[in-house]
Amino acid sequence: MTGAPLAVTMQDIAPAELSARCAAALGAGARMQFMYAWFPTGSDAPELRYVLHPGRGQTPHIWRCRSGAESPPSLAPAAPLLSWYERETTDLCGVAFRDQPVPDPLVLLPGAAAERPPLMPGPLPHLSYTPVPLPMPDLAGTTREDVQLLPFGPVRADVLESTQLAFYYIGEAILHYQPRLFFKHRGMEKRFEGLSPALGTVLAERVSGVGSVAHALAYCHALEAASRCEVPSRATWLRVLLAELERLYNHLHYLGYLCHTTTLKVGEAQGKYLEELAKQVNCQISGSRLLRGLVVPGGVRREPTLLTLAEDLVRIEHELRRYADQLAATSSHLDRLITTGVLDRQLAFDQGATGPVERASGIDRDSRRDQPYGAYDELPLSVAVRDGCDAHARQQVRVEEITHSIALIRAVLDGLPEGSLRADCRPPPGGEGLGWAETPRGTAYYAVHLDTAGRLARVKIKSPSFSNWRVFPYTVHGTNMMDYAINEASFGLTVAGCDR
Amino acid sequence: MAMKVIPLWTLYGLARGKATTRWCGEDAEPGQAGYLGMPRFDQAKCQQGCRECVDTCLPGAITFCPDASKQRLTVDYGRCVVCQLCVEACPTGALTSSTDWAFGSRRREDLVWTRAAASTDGMTLKREIRRVFGRSLHIRHVDAGSCNGCESELQALNNPYYNLHRFGVFFTPSPRFADLLLVTGPVTYAMRGPLLEAYEAMPDPRFVMAAGTCAVSGGTNGGGYACDNGLEELLPVDVFLPGCPPNPPAIIHALLMLLQRSPQRVQGGQIGPADEHPEDDYA
Repeated sequence: MTGAPLAVTMQDIAPAELSARCAAALGAGARMQFMYAWFPTGSDAPELRYVLHPGRGQTPHIWRCRSGAESPPSLAPAAPLLSWYERETTDLCGVAFRDQPVPDPLVLLPGAAAERPPLMPGPLPHLSYTPVPLPMPDLAGTTREDVQLLPFGPVRADVLESTQLAFYYIGEAILHYQPRLFFKHRGMEKRFEGLSPALGTVLAERVSGVGSVAHALAYCHALEAASRCEVPSRATWLRVLLAELERLYNHLHYLGYLCHTTTLKVGEAQGKYLEELAKQVNCQISGSRLLRGLVVPGGVRREPTLLTLAEDLVRIEHELRRYADQLAATSSHLDRLITTGVLDRQLAFDQGATGPVERASGIDRDSRRDQPYGAYDELPLSVAVRDGCDAHARQQVRVEEITHSIALIRAVLDGLPEGSLRADCRPPPGGEGLGWAETPRGTAYYAVHLDTAGRLARVKIKSPSFSNWRVFPYTVHGTNMMDYAINEASFGLTVAGCDR
Repeated sequence: MAMKVIPLWTLYGLARGKATTRWCGEDAEPGQAGYLGMPRFDQAKCQQGCRECVDTCLPGAITFCPDASKQRLTVDYGRCVVCQLCVEACPTGALTSSTDWAFGSRRREDLVWTRAAASTDGMTLKREIRRVFGRSLHIRHVDAGSCNGCESELQALNNPYYNLHRFGVFFTPSPRFADLLLVTGPVTYAMRGPLLEAYEAMPDPRFVMAAGTCAVSGGTNGGGYACDNGLEELLPVDVFLPGCPPNPPAIIHALLMLLQRSPQRVQGGQIGPADEHPEDDYA
């Protein structure tokens, strides 16, 4: 078995057919994944790409749509998760969608203006931003005077990423909640353009720091698909090891932070301590506490130092087991999690929840198994699923995933094949590729297009936090302020990945 | 069962014992075994006519020196993201991996490699900081567009291993109580305003730390249509701390340096032995 990526199929679709095809695909059990636009070299006419996943074990499928002068129809009424992608495409590529249900800017937050859509060919635009007060909705009824608005952020308490949260509430009850994201929009997709494919890896590792390995993997998978390069099996096994170590430290951090929100102090300290141990293990293995600098197109850069990993795992696992058992038996902690932040299965599916969040809402999906890549189909992979749909289920999924990750790392150490670390990966000029990887937060996709000189012409990043931030507010409306921090922590969101 | 659990956590915590490293800015083991820090540059080994490292450096930390008679290359550690690509590209071993992480400096110039270590002028300390703050410090962190790698390491400062509190250093929610504005990220167009507002809300005397290569120079993510190139043109920076991300001991060292409790280690882009200022008491 080699690390050759699955062959992705593509089909041309006329704008007029889009809605009917989307309805048919959804009816057949497919799920839309994301959409984006790009400008083929030398063209001012955008080309749309829709990526869908037909079902378990099948390869993702791409629709290519050249819309020409006519506005393409919005597919959001049938597939709501596409709404944010369409709005982003309007902001960044200047493509308007007919009958888009929420025709407001998304990436350009209220008060932000760009001289021209930044991803259109041509000079870079100047972006400006003037803060706009949050609107107070028109309310009727006797209690309207009691409704308060709490704008929180973008600079929040503690060491947190910047984002603004608006709560409309009466007393403890949240009537409506609206996050204002994209304060951290860095124009990362544009930063790839013109780079050599190899250097793009350094950038992909810096899209979402705590997802460095998985982002680099998804990016490299896309290049490997474009160049039809076969990654040596030793490298695919080592990539599994790195990706699971990344999941390990992220999930340990998650548990510590979740305990912080339920004010379980010793639990918080222990979770963060275990995360620190895991990061020190990362450092010994790769030279980087975030496991940066090992994944490269075609394989891995150098042999990681695995001498003490097996011993270190025993230590972490021993401490983890007791920690997890105690968390599962602490009623003050569980009371705050059970029935908090309920996300039902249908909503999770329609709005595009991914990773542990969807798996805690009963959706049995994991790209490591369902769109296998690398060495996962040779290793004992289990997928944790719960149908509790609440913060507790999301914690349970993560705890179980930690044990699965440790098992996977052990399996890699036991069966690591000999061989070379790296194959030649040179994507052809004008080529393109789609790659994906299961980050600790869900599926990340990279779609990569190369120009006629073999440099990067367009890189689209579909990050899991973009998907989960879209879903998250549905679990906040109608809940109460006391549960908010716990609910947000239970989603395990990043802002950098979402805003890019 | 449920009632017994909280005392169990207490016992559990006590039984775990002390997890904190003995490291306190000097000597001892800071738990960074294997860490790959800023590559070292040895000009004597640098080969004429070669441009391998320059071509492979995404953030432009290695550039050709405009005045080639003095030195061929300019190596600016304020732009380095420790990707180690230059080390692999260098055919002559002029660039080698190192474990150097204590790159906090008061002057931006100290992060640029020079043949002779710079004078210590820039290391003259702000005398008043010790008088005003004593040994303590309150920090307001502002994320101005990081990749969250820096936040991951900043959050680690309060884990039991580093236990930042033991140094009398605390994160505070309000800029009104803050002595130090600790900024991460290259500064996005939308965070520029909130960042400046946070600074304005701080009482004097106030200090600014650019933490992470993005905040120091923009790094790989700065520039483009949405970002500035770090803090330098926006705010008066008192401590520059490059690193991608800087590891927790590097952050602690830079904080203690600001408080005059630890000496600056980097000069002319090179980590030297701890520079002792006999008149200073770093204890």
